[in-house]
Amino acid sequence: MLAKRIIPCLDVTGGRVVKGVNFVELRDAGDPVEIAKRYDDQGADELTFLDITATSDERDLILHIIEDVASQVFIPLTVGGGVREVEDVRRLLNAGADKVSINTTAVFNPQMVADATARFGSQCIVVAIDAKKVDDKPYKWEVFTHGGRKPTGLDAVEWAKKMVGLGAGELLVTSMDRDGTKIGFNNPLNRAISDAVEVPLIASGGVGNLQHLVDGIKDGGADAVLAASIFHYGEYTVKQAKEYMQQHQIEVRL
Amino acid sequence: MTKVDIAVVDYGMGNLRSVSKAIEHVAPNKTVVVTSNPEVIQQAERVVFPGQGAMPECMQELDARGLRDAVIDAAKTKPFLGICIGLQMLFERSEEGHVNGLGLFQGGVKKFNLDGARDELGEKLKVPHMGWNEVYQPKAGHAMWQDIPDGTRFYFVHSYYVQPDDAGCAVGYGQYPDQFTCAVTQDNIFAVQFHPEKSAHAGLQLLRNFVNWKP
Repeated sequence: MLAKRIIPCLDVTGGRVVKGVNFVELRDAGDPVEIAKRYDDQGADELTFLDITATSDERDLILHIIEDVASQVFIPLTVGGGVREVEDVRRLLNAGADKVSINTTAVFNPQMVADATARFGSQCIVVAIDAKKVDDKPYKWEVFTHGGRKPTGLDAVEWAKKMVGLGAGELLVTSMDRDGTKIGFNNPLNRAISDAVEVPLIASGGVGNLQHLVDGIKDGGADAVLAASIFHYGEYTVKQAKEYMQQHQIEVRL
Repeated sequence: MTKVDIAVVDYGMGNLRSVSKAIEHVAPNKTVVVTSNPEVIQQAERVVFPGQGAMPECMQELDARGLRDAVIDAAKTKPFLGICIGLQMLFERSEEGHVNGLGLFQGGVKKFNLDGARDELGEKLKVPHMGWNEVYQPKAGHAMWQDIPDGTRFYFVHSYYVQPDDAGCAVGYGQYPDQFTCAVTQDNIFAVQFHPEKSAHAGLQLLRNFVNWKP
């Protein structure tokens, strides 16, 4: 049967991979192609590149990075960050991306999600949702944009349903409360969204150990788990993570 | 015109760069071109027919570029590898947009109807069927499966699957949750639902087998 996926995430700026805590305090983590090859060797199921570049001057660097990675690493590549128009999607796909992740633009121009899925197919359009908890009883999460800086007033679960209705083929859900904290995914958030939609959900934000990956799938209902720092700094290999998941009765590709 | 070993048919849909790069990776001495020129397809030694997106648009774009005859001719005469929608388009008809395909295989293309089906953890199965799933080979084997063990995982991303009228053409099955056909063959055609160009070592081995295939 279908395996649950492990997706190392590479935040890219200025041609380098970096890692921040709660969306700030960036630290250099290395060369994108080298890191991508290492993860492929370790058995990563996919790779996600998030372009967190602030300026448009540097933006085109990601195209070159994707071209380089795509000619050496033969697993699915998702690219997100700064995707504003259908034309941006086309350029990334042509550079070698398999899926493009849309975040802020989806909020301000939902029609762009519909246009992109109609043109390129749902299979290559991922909608990224950055959500923050706004209420405990009952749970409620709000969608934020601009790398987690701007509140939108949108309810995360309702927003997820709307995006799938417009054609999104997958959702990448990041908990801003958890990102960089190493205390685990926000499983109630992921569970609420996963149960509400028919497309795969990638859980993101907060992984600190391998049990968090297992919990993300079993408690959060995620189809794939995304993590950055536990892999970048060599705490665990992807292979170790998969072996741990397999020991906990999760089907993985080994 | 320089001799083309492998032509990747370009009808304006999807990421063809990955397909050509993966073939170049396994066959560095071969000339690989991504082309929408029917003459190049006619002269190529081998043809790869990829596809992404929705089948109605793919059929429309194929015809808009006048590639239908060249593709059918290649499928009948030379080693021919269909990938994803490039598999589905070889069939007679699809539920997706109720469009007709090229009719090289008899049968249709159906949407997954999972209707509350759940996996071994009790989670509902999602559509698209996205990720790495095991591919089972029939006992007879096939040259395209050389050095690829039965049950090897390949990368899939699709919501529709082929249903051949003649089960004899099936050379690969997946399970989601029921068994579905994910590879078919007929003479010089081999076509797969999964993406070999995105399936790491196993996928590269399949592409290597294609480059060496003598049907």
